Amino acid sequence: MTRLVIEPVTRVEGHGKVSILLDERNRVQQARLHIVEFRGFERFIQGRPFWEMPVVVQRLCGICPVSHHLAAAKAMDRIVGGERLTPTAEKMRRLMHYGQMFQSHSLHFFHLASPDLLFGFGADVGKRNVLGVAALHPELVRQGILMRKYGQEVIQATAGRKIHGTGAIPGGVNKNLSIAERDELLADVEQMVTWAQSALQLAKDYTLTNLELAQGFGDFDSNYLGLVRADGALDLYDGGIRAKDKAGVVLFDHLDNQRYRDVIAEEVRSWSYMKFPFLKALGPANGWYRVGPLARLNICSSIDTPLAEAARAEFVRISGGKPNNLTLAYHWARMIETVHAIEKVRLLLHDADLQGTDLVTSGERREEAVGIIEAPRGTLIHHYKVDRDDRVTMCNLIVSTTNNNEAMNRAVTSVARKYLSGVEITEGLLNHVEVAIRAYDPCLSCATHALGQMPLQIELFDAAGRLLHRMAKGMAAR
Amino acid sequence: MTDKILFTIDGVELAAEPGQTIIEAADAAGIYIPRLCHQPGLNPFGSCRVCTVRCNGRPCSACTQPPAPGMVVENDVPDLQALRAELVEMLFVEGNHFCMFCEKSGRCELQALAYRFGILAPRLDYCWPQREVDMSHPDLLIDHNRCILCARCVRTSQQVDGKNVFQFIGRGTKKRLAVNSRASLAGTDAAAADAAVAACPVGALLKKRVGYAVPMGRRRFDKVPIGSPGDIAPGQEQ
Repeated sequence: MTRLVIEPVTRVEGHGKVSILLDERNRVQQARLHIVEFRGFERFIQGRPFWEMPVVVQRLCGICPVSHHLAAAKAMDRIVGGERLTPTAEKMRRLMHYGQMFQSHSLHFFHLASPDLLFGFGADVGKRNVLGVAALHPELVRQGILMRKYGQEVIQATAGRKIHGTGAIPGGVNKNLSIAERDELLADVEQMVTWAQSALQLAKDYTLTNLELAQGFGDFDSNYLGLVRADGALDLYDGGIRAKDKAGVVLFDHLDNQRYRDVIAEEVRSWSYMKFPFLKALGPANGWYRVGPLARLNICSSIDTPLAEAARAEFVRISGGKPNNLTLAYHWARMIETVHAIEKVRLLLHDADLQGTDLVTSGERREEAVGIIEAPRGTLIHHYKVDRDDRVTMCNLIVSTTNNNEAMNRAVTSVARKYLSGVEITEGLLNHVEVAIRAYDPCLSCATHALGQMPLQIELFDAAGRLLHRMAKGMAAR
Repeated sequence: MTDKILFTIDGVELAAEPGQTIIEAADAAGIYIPRLCHQPGLNPFGSCRVCTVRCNGRPCSACTQPPAPGMVVENDVPDLQALRAELVEMLFVEGNHFCMFCEKSGRCELQALAYRFGILAPRLDYCWPQREVDMSHPDLLIDHNRCILCARCVRTSQQVDGKNVFQFIGRGTKKRLAVNSRASLAGTDAAAADAAVAACPVGALLKKRVGYAVPMGRRRFDKVPIGSPGDIAPGQEQ
């Protein structure tokens, strides 16, 4: 047997590697995504004051720190008994969150995913990068950069800074949106809506044109999980937990965030720092699920903004009303959410509540709280215990990428089996494995509460466990 | 009427009142001498040495030294600024100062001095000391990780609040802030309204549950760098 290693995985956030085990006939026996970083946030925040959490824990990530900022803030709202936010506070947080969704999804689509989609998975590696895209489609790359910039500016106006701000505090926010800030954002919002729609068109056309490819590329049935609003609509900031099975049957609905542990458990496997969550009722073998754009589109009953809702209807039609199980459909779903996010930003910018001055609320103090939010990469769970002296005594984080752990491993296995079995392995073929991982837009830094940019490596081992082949970013095969 | 004391700082002529220290005379004349442990209204202390100036060629702390007639004081000169920057760097590596999530960030005099001196990264090894956080008091906390032993809380508690909440214990590198109680801050008569709390230049002695209430952009040193015209005194910030 042979073990093939891709290390590091590129164009994802964080550090990871893939190992692929081949038998004597070079057939893929097993493929795994290993997360090789470790950070330990859950431990070192113990003993710190609870109001620090939204600001400390967001340091898990530089791509979507707002998700951690808000998930922690939502938990701390409950700690201070202030979970019923004032309208200004809730809308400021939503604006921050939609701004983040917009920038993070744009970053992924234009900078990380577009080289694969535009040039093909096996294209020349010298061209298959964002600079290659810029050379051929300069306008597209410019739009991607400016869309990301716009999202970051929304974050700055609401959180105080583009990365790692302080806007959300326990029970509310520390600022409203000034008229000047609002007008500055309003000036470009229509342009952003237009560009988001063309990115959506691109993602949709790609999926439909390549439907046959997509249907054999990491397609598999799974359960899906995410938050939905009380009426079942997509809600990225708040809602009850809904899970559906592969056929679209609702497994549970509108579950109170505070009770996530009733339905979700985590399994530890020796070969990865990333845990494997599963639905308790179905057990680890069948209870794994997917989160993120694809899952959210699969579980929600509607979207409350017209452009995104029209796009959702088309998306649902493709899979005949059943959950869409295509890994590559994540891109399309992600761009529907991008349109939704900017539609929401536009609505909020016209809402006078954002200039309100009632920013913080509080009530009966609690000692334990959960905050859940739909981060760009999927459902993000923060759980804390706080003692009477205001000290954090326990923290459990289940991040989006962790929720997708099993699914990414399945995608890696499925793509490796299809493309790598019994053939001479090339860089282009190995990139197919990375394309499958990238579709989930994993943030391995968050997933291990870990550190850094995300290179990934692939290793190939034989049956005796000997390393035969290793491929890494900037590294020749060996 | 007593005679004023005429002296110069960096060539500028000043007239100090008798009894004034160099830093007091400089403040009155609008000349900034960097400082950390000095606080107007408290007895001179002279522990941090960030206000070190050269008086007639000899280094001395501007917060304890009174001017003498005809004294030539050097303040804003490269070698003294470098010395002050080194002192600030030592304070950074000696404690555990994580500005990125400290609620005092943007309002912290140590951080503001580091910006003023252009300190981007420390050149010295971090000590990474093991230090406690005293969260026992209902309204206050002491994060010893951030204490720079400036004694502003010690002196303010005694001289302004008329209490005696804080003291130092230990010597040399073992020196640390302690409270006058068998166990912790909860056992003292410290109160959130004490001037001693506002006197802390860093994030060591804090009111609980205030956190990040002041948004970025509106914090004391977001507006003007420390020591610049328009900077406001501690305790008067928003």
